[in-house]
Amino acid sequence: MANEWPLWEIFIRGQHGLNHRHVGSLHAPDAEMAINNARDVYTRRKEGVSIWVARSTEITASTPSDKGPMFDPAEDKIYRHPTFYNIPDEVGNM
Amino acid sequence: MYAQNVDTGSKGVRGADELSPEEAAFQARIDDNIKIEPKDWMPAAYRKTLIRQIGQHAHSEIVGQLPEGNWVTRAPTLERKAILLAKVQDEAGHGLYLYCAAETLGISRDELMNKLHSGEMKYSSIFNYPTLTWADMGAVGWLVDGAAIMNQVPLQRTSFGPYARAMVRICKEESFHQRQGYSIMMSMVSGTPAQKEMAQDALNRFWYPALMMFGPSDKDSVHSDQSMAWKIKMNTNDELRQRFVNETVPQAHYLGLTIPDDDLVWNEETGNYDFSQPDWDEFKAVLKGNGPCNRERLGARIKAWEGGEWFRDGLAAYAEKAAKRRAAA
Repeated sequence: MANEWPLWEIFIRGQHGLNHRHVGSLHAPDAEMAINNARDVYTRRKEGVSIWVARSTEITASTPSDKGPMFDPAEDKIYRHPTFYNIPDEVGNM
Repeated sequence: MYAQNVDTGSKGVRGADELSPEEAAFQARIDDNIKIEPKDWMPAAYRKTLIRQIGQHAHSEIVGQLPEGNWVTRAPTLERKAILLAKVQDEAGHGLYLYCAAETLGISRDELMNKLHSGEMKYSSIFNYPTLTWADMGAVGWLVDGAAIMNQVPLQRTSFGPYARAMVRICKEESFHQRQGYSIMMSMVSGTPAQKEMAQDALNRFWYPALMMFGPSDKDSVHSDQSMAWKIKMNTNDELRQRFVNETVPQAHYLGLTIPDDDLVWNEETGNYDFSQPDWDEFKAVLKGNGPCNRERLGARIKAWEGGEWFRDGLAAYAEKAAKRRAAA
């Protein structure tokens, strides 16, 4: 059990030029093998054109209990959305 | 199903007044269909039950490669060989998605492997039956993967986020498995009388083991209520079994094959097929380790694990050496 391969988080960019997206994780001895394994585990049906791998231990995540203070402040800032502003129809498409 | 008879550590569900405030808040989230994520608080029994269930599901995918791997070198055409190889590779992938989901609950991959090999964790009873002829590859894809889909589609809505996401990926890929199996059956029944006979024989042998995949009858399924309250089980065993029979019988008729059940009859009143239950004593015996292939399957897993140890260690040693060399440079 001492020799268990480390865990890697896998990110894949799909066909359509979007951001790399987290798709899952896997075990591999090193980064190169992680990419090889990710190809077999996560892109058997042409799901991607590029792969990123990162050691799971290198990822720092926000804590669930901080959810309120972290994300609630955005709730009352509706003026950040375009629909907050009324533009008369005469002005045309904006 | 791929996870049968999963122990929840309790019989029945406790009432709202018996729950601690934390447990009540947890249950309220589940009732509101808010996903539980790995770092969220969860009752110890929920965590333990999920490790059991996802682990058993993962083991089933991995052990499920064995009956089919048996036919990779024996497939009748190059195309069928490539297809079967792709399917077996998918099963490995499904096992890996699920192991990762289980690991987010705080159990390591090696621990899961050791629990499988020691017999402490189970895999689906279905993989303890032998695949004797090429038609069995058809029956396995059609019936076994068909039964798996029945269970896995609702599990995409299960309460634990990583499990639900793994299920979404798996369901996307699983439909190919069932269709390739049915396609094998279609070829077999349009072949020689001997080939059609082979297809019927495969159906005869796999029908009841496939029905067993859904687990014991609801009245004997003591853990169902808790699992359903936690939304890690979305339908009862009997519901899914009935749905499977209703869907599969017409497919058998299309093939011109006979379901091996003299009491199978369409019930106009209920809108369901009435059918015979599998032999539950046989089911229990298979779960206990006394099915036709239990020893062979577990033996093959242990052999692969132990035989691959030098290779796993070698790659780990190389990675360590290369990292040191990079650090020194």
